[in-house]
Amino acid sequence: MSNLGVLIDAPILLLQLVVSGILVGAIFALVAYGMALVWGVMNIINIAQGELVMLGGYIVFYLDAAGVHPLFGIPIAAAAMFAFGLALYRVVIRRLVDRDMFVSILATFGISILLQQLANQVFGADIRTLSSGLPNLSFDNGLISIAGVKIVGFAAALVVGGALFLFLRHTRIGQAIRATAQNARAARVLGIDTHRMYAATFALNCAICGAAGGLVAMTWFVQPYLGLTYTLRSFMIVVAAGIGNLPGVILAGSGFGVLEETAGFVLGSQYQTAFIFLLLILLLIGRNLLLARQRRYLK
Amino acid sequence: MNFARSLLAATLGTALFAMTPMPAAALTGDTIVLGAAVSLTGKYSTNGKNTKDGYDLAVKVINDKGGIKLGNKQYKLKVVYYDDESTSARGAQLVERLIAQDHVDFVLGPYSSALTKAIAPITEKYKMPMVEGNGADRGLFKHGYKYMFAVLNTSDYYLREAVNILAEQAKKAGRDPKSVKIAIAIENDDFSQDVRDGIVEDAKKYGMQVVIDDKLPAELNDMTATLTKVKALKPDALMISGHEKGAVLGIRQVAEQKVYVPMLALTHCDSAQITEKFGADADYAFCGSQWDVSMTYTDPWFGNSKNYADMFKKAYNYDPPYQAAESTASVEVFADALRRAGSVDKEKVRDALAKTDLMTFYGPVKFDQTGKNIAKSMVMYQVQHEHYVVVAPSKWAEGKPIYPAPTWDKREASEKVSQK
Repeated sequence: MSNLGVLIDAPILLLQLVVSGILVGAIFALVAYGMALVWGVMNIINIAQGELVMLGGYIVFYLDAAGVHPLFGIPIAAAAMFAFGLALYRVVIRRLVDRDMFVSILATFGISILLQQLANQVFGADIRTLSSGLPNLSFDNGLISIAGVKIVGFAAALVVGGALFLFLRHTRIGQAIRATAQNARAARVLGIDTHRMYAATFALNCAICGAAGGLVAMTWFVQPYLGLTYTLRSFMIVVAAGIGNLPGVILAGSGFGVLEETAGFVLGSQYQTAFIFLLLILLLIGRNLLLARQRRYLK
Repeated sequence: MNFARSLLAATLGTALFAMTPMPAAALTGDTIVLGAAVSLTGKYSTNGKNTKDGYDLAVKVINDKGGIKLGNKQYKLKVVYYDDESTSARGAQLVERLIAQDHVDFVLGPYSSALTKAIAPITEKYKMPMVEGNGADRGLFKHGYKYMFAVLNTSDYYLREAVNILAEQAKKAGRDPKSVKIAIAIENDDFSQDVRDGIVEDAKKYGMQVVIDDKLPAELNDMTATLTKVKALKPDALMISGHEKGAVLGIRQVAEQKVYVPMLALTHCDSAQITEKFGADADYAFCGSQWDVSMTYTDPWFGNSKNYADMFKKAYNYDPPYQAAESTASVEVFADALRRAGSVDKEKVRDALAKTDLMTFYGPVKFDQTGKNIAKSMVMYQVQHEHYVVVAPSKWAEGKPIYPAPTWDKREASEKVSQK
């Protein structure tokens, strides 16, 4: 394949693809953190995850139009989405916590459609984009270029991931959340208000998505229908990393990013998405075979 | 519990009933009624509004200038609208309603090839003449429809002119056109695939090579893999088609990653507002368009394109994109055909439409037997100093193409100079 030949002849291009993949994957990993949190603690697969990202993006866009620099807009969007998450928990999500997965998927699917269409009505279908004003780095006579905003995204993913890890491990609320995730009934017996923990978890997820949305608006663009991409990809990353494996999320996110970019270069961009879905299937089959041995021991 | 349930059922039932669209009575007497299902909500809503505004302005101006004379009587035009919600199934349903229940006299097309494809079988079934201005897909004209007429150029024409410019410029520089390399990146939808087919066909005509032929899936938001390939293979032109998203991504990421190509050609530049969003980064991009405000075609209702644009801006407070202009032209075509047919009889009007030979501010209109407009040519413009300058067709063009585009170092240097 001639594209593969080009890569072998000029390995520097592979470096560009790897760097780009890691940086792009990190933004998806950010959304996946939230997905993993909600799934791990509340056993809810949030189909509206991408729409929360979209809303965060619009908040940062309108703040920018009002004169607030997007880098300041991102924490404001996170705070606003935290409040939105609390409200959404109160209205819908708290009814889903003890139900089976089908009900929660159905309900969050409904929320996602509602948010999409509301956004389309209120904001219009036009593509909105923001400029971060950050410089773009360029090496080796332009062969490697890194958008400054993508580095910010990567840094944000690392910071949020680290903060989340420390929060869950070392703060009281974090430990309470983990206790609730392990065994909700036991946690309640020990005096933890599990509903408040669930609300905090969901609101935290929305805040993370809001911040990610701001990064997405600065790196690419925002429009009412961009949600599905992020929902699907964050779902994939969580499945690949394994529920409860937070450090695995950023590895999986960046890993998928690198593989996607390379596949796009070698095979053509029409195969990019198909390639990583195929990888996910192989990963799951492989994991199943690996665990089969352990299951036999347990029997 | 039982009461609550039946109350819920009653509420749901009423809500469902209330959501069905209200039938509009088709007016008789002195009014000719045109029916249109356009996208007022959903992903096409922006261009759907452009379409509706185009139709409305045409009807207003034609009525103000006396309407249409059939026999001894003056008739006014009126358009009845439904919202197709950017969904093909809904569009088809609503057009059937317009024809079978509301008894409209004629039908105006929706926005987008997808929706036009959905309603064309319906207008054909009822032998209802339809003029459309927003469905450019070539596939529409392969079914032998007799009642569908399109004023716009088919989608494969959007970037053919860019290939011609490449060939011209190669010859001028003393290069064999066969040595020209083209990279194509499209979003994998019907319209963009047609644009790609047009490029590939013309490239083959000149013997040019297509070195990259990427079809980005719809959920993809990053073109880095394709652009890295472009950096590696150094083509003479990169042609991107992906509606507004393709234009936004293309300009942004090409500038971000400092990808150098002598020609960058796109579709949907104006509706993506690339000059407003990206300023000088959008310079030197070539854009395909159905119409431009500087075209000097004229007609008795609107004068020339500049007059049309002024009228439109006054009425709706924004500059008309080509989607509005081609919608207005569709109504003009009906008005002209009705006058020649002398009646509202559908067969007579259909035959009159088939014989159309009309000049409008939007361009000349003449249909071949498949309903395509074969008289108009596509416009190609280039962004020069953040302004759109028409560079093709050369007969009506006011500007000359700048090719090859200056390299990024030179662009940054000249920006620094101009900032001093």
